[in-house]
Amino acid sequence: MKDNLFQLTSQPFETHHFVGDMENHAAGAYTSFEGWVRNHNEGRDVASLEYEAYPDLARKEGCRILAEALEKFDIIDSRCIHRTGHLQIGEIAVWVGTTAKHREEAFAACRYIIDEVKVRVPIWKKEHYADGDSGWVKCEHCAGHIHGH
Amino acid sequence: MKNIHLQYFAILRERRGQNKESRETTADTAGDLYEELKTEFKFPLGLDQTRVAINGEFSAMDSPLNNGDEVVYIPPVAGG
Repeated sequence: MKDNLFQLTSQPFETHHFVGDMENHAAGAYTSFEGWVRNHNEGRDVASLEYEAYPDLARKEGCRILAEALEKFDIIDSRCIHRTGHLQIGEIAVWVGTTAKHREEAFAACRYIIDEVKVRVPIWKKEHYADGDSGWVKCEHCAGHIHGH
Repeated sequence: MKNIHLQYFAILRERRGQNKESRETTADTAGDLYEELKTEFKFPLGLDQTRVAINGEFSAMDSPLNNGDEVVYIPPVAGG
């Protein structure tokens, strides 16, 4: 299993660098997914986002997901880059790229990878709201629930 | 007594007030240690909302702890 296909970076990135690495004359399809920082969530205005990762395990789990995609789908290659640190509205938070002989498998693998990354890789997101409040996504509601709010 | 190396991330890091520490504990399992920390530092997440990694790999909460283990508790993830 190649261990550099899933990467974390604290710097903004251009996706074409990674796409170039995937060029392959046997590929008839390249698909990508970009997750962008959105200016609202669940009815609140979001000013910026902060991503924090447990780097060693995030890379390990991310690479496992990419390896699974290679097993499950008839693809040639797949990559994923996830940002960490403080991101502004409109920045790319995550990029997934897949290549395959045909588009169906490229699309399906791309979808599989982003869906799995979101629920399995130890990366956390803190939303900073326009009103000055902030909160960890998926954690604050649980916390409220525990205290019976 | 065993000495456990802990790293904290995200909401647990903020509640603990630091990134990492070494801690002496009599806790038998990862879950027991979580309950100990949760009580002491008022962690807002229950055991059923948290996962654990021991020595860099996802593990079960009832895994026994050994002296020198590196333990990370993992709040609900939210990448992407």
